[in-house]
Amino acid sequence: MTAELPPGLAIQKVDERIMTLNVGPQHPGSGHMRIIVQIDGDYIVACDPDPGYVHRGEEKMAEYRNYITNIPHLERPVIHDSCNVLYPYVLGVEELLGIEVPERAKYVRVICSELNRCIYTMYWLAIYGIFLGHSTMFMWPAGDRELLIDLMEKISGARVTHAHFVPGGVRNDLPPNFEEVCLRQVNYFEKRIKEYAAVFYDNPILISRTRDTGVLSREDAIRLGTTGSVLRASGVDYDLRQKEPYDVYEELDVHSNVMKEGDSYARSKVPWLDMMESCNIIRQALQKMPKSGSVRVKLKPNPKGKGLDSVYKRVESGRGSLGCHIVSDGKVEPYRLKLSVGSFRNLIALPYLLKGEKLGNMPSVYWSLNYWPVEADR
Amino acid sequence: MLKDLVTPENANVFIGKLGDILEKAIDKPLGYAINWGRIWSLWPVHIETACCSVEFGAASSPRYDVERFGIIEAFGSLRQCDLIVVQGTITRKMAPRLRLVYDQMPEPKYVIAMGACAITGGLYFDSYNVLPGIDGVLPVDVYVPGCPPRPETLIQGCILLQEKIKRMKARKFV
Amino acid sequence: MSSDTEAKTETKPAAKPAAKPAAKPAAKPAAKPAAKPAAKPVELPAFEKSISDKVVEKFGDKVEVEFVKENRVGIKAKREDVHDVAEFIRDGLNYDHVESVSGVDYPQDKEIEVVYHIGSYSDSSLAKQILVLSTRAQREENPLPGKDATKLPSLRDIFYSVEFHEREVFEMFGVYFNGHPDNRRLLLPEDWADLPPLRKDFAIKGR
Repeated sequence: MTAELPPGLAIQKVDERIMTLNVGPQHPGSGHMRIIVQIDGDYIVACDPDPGYVHRGEEKMAEYRNYITNIPHLERPVIHDSCNVLYPYVLGVEELLGIEVPERAKYVRVICSELNRCIYTMYWLAIYGIFLGHSTMFMWPAGDRELLIDLMEKISGARVTHAHFVPGGVRNDLPPNFEEVCLRQVNYFEKRIKEYAAVFYDNPILISRTRDTGVLSREDAIRLGTTGSVLRASGVDYDLRQKEPYDVYEELDVHSNVMKEGDSYARSKVPWLDMMESCNIIRQALQKMPKSGSVRVKLKPNPKGKGLDSVYKRVESGRGSLGCHIVSDGKVEPYRLKLSVGSFRNLIALPYLLKGEKLGNMPSVYWSLNYWPVEADR
Repeated sequence: MLKDLVTPENANVFIGKLGDILEKAIDKPLGYAINWGRIWSLWPVHIETACCSVEFGAASSPRYDVERFGIIEAFGSLRQCDLIVVQGTITRKMAPRLRLVYDQMPEPKYVIAMGACAITGGLYFDSYNVLPGIDGVLPVDVYVPGCPPRPETLIQGCILLQEKIKRMKARKFV
Repeated sequence: MSSDTEAKTETKPAAKPAAKPAAKPAAKPAAKPAAKPAAKPVELPAFEKSISDKVVEKFGDKVEVEFVKENRVGIKAKREDVHDVAEFIRDGLNYDHVESVSGVDYPQDKEIEVVYHIGSYSDSSLAKQILVLSTRAQREENPLPGKDATKLPSLRDIFYSVEFHEREVFEMFGVYFNGHPDNRRLLLPEDWADLPPLRKDFAIKGR
């Protein structure tokens, strides 16, 4: 026992009262990660998240592929939010190569990214519902998100993995008649999600399970560096679409949803409010979009950066700010690519929030962090 | 004549032979009944391994609804499950856990490999942390290709598995 | 765009004929530190310039301004000073959280660069800004993560949000952070016994 352990391993001594519980990776309330929880009776005294079950080495693989062939595998971390996860990479490559994007392509990108944000949030909401044992809240969002998936399928041809954004614009133009169909679907979608209030958000069972659990104060949200809905549920008004508008977001009227409470209820409500905001943005973008024009700048084969250079671009994804740090050395492959993802940044709040909570509240706190393990592990 | 054949010494052997004959006689109808029961109540384990779990979730959504084919949506307790759908990439960290889950399930158990990553490694063929397919970890019954497979493809894979179970031996004789 | 250096274009044709060298294709970016004068008369964005000026005013020669672009300021510090610089960035400039910590391996310089992207939520004038603080650690040919000279001071006592990011850099590059309370492995398997995977000398299979 006294032998020297390799780095990364440690022997832990715990109290006899304290029980250590492994939650995951095979657990209905954990997803693809393990949470090592130490409980005293029913209360959690310590919690150690153990991610990495889906660590696939995307960043290493990116160093062996050129800027275009990197596209398909870089959207795999969040396949149901694939436009947003690709967005900062595409923006960064455009800055590295010095490409100007046509106006219509920017609007198409905004529409795709907002549709994808809704698709992601609906899936998240469905899982949140089933975590809390609310079967209706699994069935309704899981069914309604198919409406928007149909729209994305019309645009790109694939259900979830679109690979639609490319450096220099988008891969294809919108199909004919898309504007009317999109407007109709989005209006119906907005009407549907407003009905969720009656069955889920005003439901006294949900309120009693999530109110005042896992409270994250404003100061702690800033100090822990959380992002996205977690941050905005704690009263910090920070939405990158407003603060650092990329593409055409500065021409659109974006409203960010902020709640003061910072508990699980607020964290579960902010994404829902965001979806209505997304519907607004899609309608505005459809109105302001140029009716015709090119959507893509043709690139030369094997585009390269100009010497040693680095960019850091970020966008607001379904899980908060998503940054991409690309270091180029003038070759066709990136020298180093790092994705700074919202899920990974919010993970640090989990041990902090779970301390002192009851074990039964763990799923509601954990999933309210808007966490997608595949993205966090990359 | 029977009295001459059966002595106290070989009675056990004789009864055993008789049981074999009896079992073989009713094997077909009995096996058919058992398999019929298994086909329409496949319970998958709730284990997500990678991003294909999104489409697995979509398969039990109202539009696709795998329950009408007798496959109940993912379930928490391993002891009551007989199907494991490997939903995508298996990393080196996940592989021992996957085997552990499989070993805890009661017989009979079936495996569906869903997605290109679970079949060959897919897009991640050259990653340092991804296994090139799960054949080395689990015996796979049905492969469902796609990256990710559409829910319809998954449902078709499940129907293929049901066809396969129909032709399987229901009981193994010693 | 930042200022380009023409010197680098010469290295490219030399690298071209060997279209895919088997083991380490990307192991040679041109020497970095000397090539960034940052004093070209291109007009720099005023607000970003004022931020970098404040840092230079405080620390003088100890820091080097790497680039000043729209919304991005790059500061480079030596590994002895990075803790002080980070403290000044938090207290003097109102930055309050770290968005990303990424390591970059430079085998020909025998250094590993660690880049902190620091942002601010509480100061609305800094909402767009990202301060890129980079520092370099010594690189060992045969790494022994945690036991060799590849060490940096941890910024965890200044920016709490670096905790998991620094753990990730430790396992991916072998950079040990002195003063980090929890230098354990995060994403890799428990039995990982190879080189830290994101270093350039770790070649992935088939490439």
